[in-house]
Amino acid sequence: MKKIILSIILGIIIPSMTLASEDARLMKANINLDDQESLQRGARNFINYCLNCHSASYMRYNRLNDIGLSNEEIKKNLLFTTDKVGELMNISMDPVEAKKWFGANPPNLTVTARSRGKDWIYSYLRTFYTDESRSLGWNNLVYPNAAMPHVLWELQGTQELIDGKLELVKPGLLSKQEYDQFVLDTTNYMVFMSEPVKLIRQKIGYFVIGFLLVLLVLVINLKREFWKDIK
Amino acid sequence: MQKTNKSSLMNWVDERLPVSSFIKNHLTEYYAPKNFNFLYFFGALAIVVFVLQILTGIFLTMHYKPDALHAFASVEYIMRDVSFGWLIRYMHSTGASLFFVVIYMHMFRAIIYGSYKQPRELLWIFGVLIFLLLMAEAFFGYLLPWGQMSYWGAQVIVNLFAAVPFIGPDLAEWVRGDYLISDATLNRFFAFHVIALPFALAGLIFLHLAALHSVGSNNPDGVEIKESKDKKTGIPIDGIPFHPYYTVKDLIGLTVFLIVFASIIFFMPEVGGYFLEHNNFVPADPLVTPAHIAPVWYFTPFYSILRAVPPILNSQFPGVAAMGAAVLILFVVPWLDKSKVKSIRYKGTLYKKWLTAFVVSFIFLGYLGTVPSNVWGQFSNLIPGIGGMDVATFVARVLTLIYFSFFVLMPWYSRVDKTKPVPKRVTYK
Repeated sequence: MKKIILSIILGIIIPSMTLASEDARLMKANINLDDQESLQRGARNFINYCLNCHSASYMRYNRLNDIGLSNEEIKKNLLFTTDKVGELMNISMDPVEAKKWFGANPPNLTVTARSRGKDWIYSYLRTFYTDESRSLGWNNLVYPNAAMPHVLWELQGTQELIDGKLELVKPGLLSKQEYDQFVLDTTNYMVFMSEPVKLIRQKIGYFVIGFLLVLLVLVINLKREFWKDIK
Repeated sequence: MQKTNKSSLMNWVDERLPVSSFIKNHLTEYYAPKNFNFLYFFGALAIVVFVLQILTGIFLTMHYKPDALHAFASVEYIMRDVSFGWLIRYMHSTGASLFFVVIYMHMFRAIIYGSYKQPRELLWIFGVLIFLLLMAEAFFGYLLPWGQMSYWGAQVIVNLFAAVPFIGPDLAEWVRGDYLISDATLNRFFAFHVIALPFALAGLIFLHLAALHSVGSNNPDGVEIKESKDKKTGIPIDGIPFHPYYTVKDLIGLTVFLIVFASIIFFMPEVGGYFLEHNNFVPADPLVTPAHIAPVWYFTPFYSILRAVPPILNSQFPGVAAMGAAVLILFVVPWLDKSKVKSIRYKGTLYKKWLTAFVVSFIFLGYLGTVPSNVWGQFSNLIPGIGGMDVATFVARVLTLIYFSFFVLMPWYSRVDKTKPVPKRVTYK
């Protein structure tokens, strides 16, 4: 029996260890979902720079209440395509036209953080470089031959791929540090947007597990009491 | 205030419906062996999960739209806009995986204590049928979120039907209701998932329990408690009433289970992509095939067997047949086991070795089913016979052989195995 249990445990641990090794090209995004200011900056970045070609149409504007933005603030600063805060984050670009322009339809980004992961988004937005062989002049290290041009080039500046390494050949409006923070905030926001309930889910979880632990003590004693006379 | 006399009300009911005697026969005077260990929690837990799946499923159906255009968005709607919809959805998705954890433990328990042996063969057969239907239920349900893995997973599995000789392609088309997985497929899978299979499962669970209560529970010693009865009362000496003894004991198992359940729901609902696959957060796209299609973890041992068996004469049918056989062989286990004893406690080392090999092969087949077959690279071309072959495929073939050998050779090794003498009564403490 012991051997069997041991082999079961090993069989579960060893495979999951090998799976844990991540794609080496990805840089770690140290986001913090409790950092409201970062989330708010990220929301601003996302709505200003991404939400023109990409939609986020499962997300409602007023869900930004969860990161400390009031309906008035949202109305004043973040509504460009609608005047109702209860609306979904839709865009007006025609998907058929978009496909002609970019060669691929820009995906809905609402839950992208759950499919690609935070590190992917963080790395992707930082590794664009000029490539004349591409129709729009841009390529990407993390997602080679991506259809998307470098929308943030004004902020980051222009990178070139020299000997397999990215080098900033023309600086942008932001310093390297500022740009990294910009991307980090945006990533943080996209993680929030992919599952807004994550902010409270874990807090509820502590109460639920706490309750169950108390219950466990009670039921163990209940069982002992009943089983006293079984010999 | 009117005084109600409970016993006369109960008498009134009992004259019309035998409620009291039912409670007696199946709870307060249903005698179960007193030596159950933790492995006996999983049967009760399976029922709890089944009920949870039905309840959460009802609430999901209130908001879900079985329509290829709206399915994905309606799931996100549940996750965001429905009050506690996220909780209901995570309970359902986590419940699906934990259902299999519980059922696999329940089956493992039955195997090691020989609970399938005479007189419990029918009980075991109902159990295997439940397992089969549960796999179908999980498969149909997995299409409903309409993500990339839903779509392509269904594509792969339905295409298995296409491997059946002669009628295959027509059969696959009939199952799909279209030339590819489409809205028609989604609608019929929805119907199966929410009506047909839950009904069938409920019926089989009833039969499973009816058969159990007719023959009585086995126990870790594999000793029939009905063979040592109290001469005066006719009650098994080693039996204790299911209620209250096992109801209070099962509460412990249930609470521990709920702690695990809640930990997953509230802290790691995706379980690293095993319970909710990352790629399933991308809406289904018939034009983009994912680079790596893996079924959910509970199907991976069987998926590995499917992949491991090489095609014969360009037909994938042998793999499909092997995968089917891997499940169907469970039906005949009661007749493959020729051992004189039921429980592993009194079986010899030969049986234990085979069982260990089986468990290890099952787990590693499960792991290999989650990764691409080139995960461990290829053999050097210099090795004759297997040169150039994927290492993982070779390993999967060996493991598949072990998996089937456990069953096929069981009549032999269970007969020659040196068993220990079985006590007359169960051992307790």
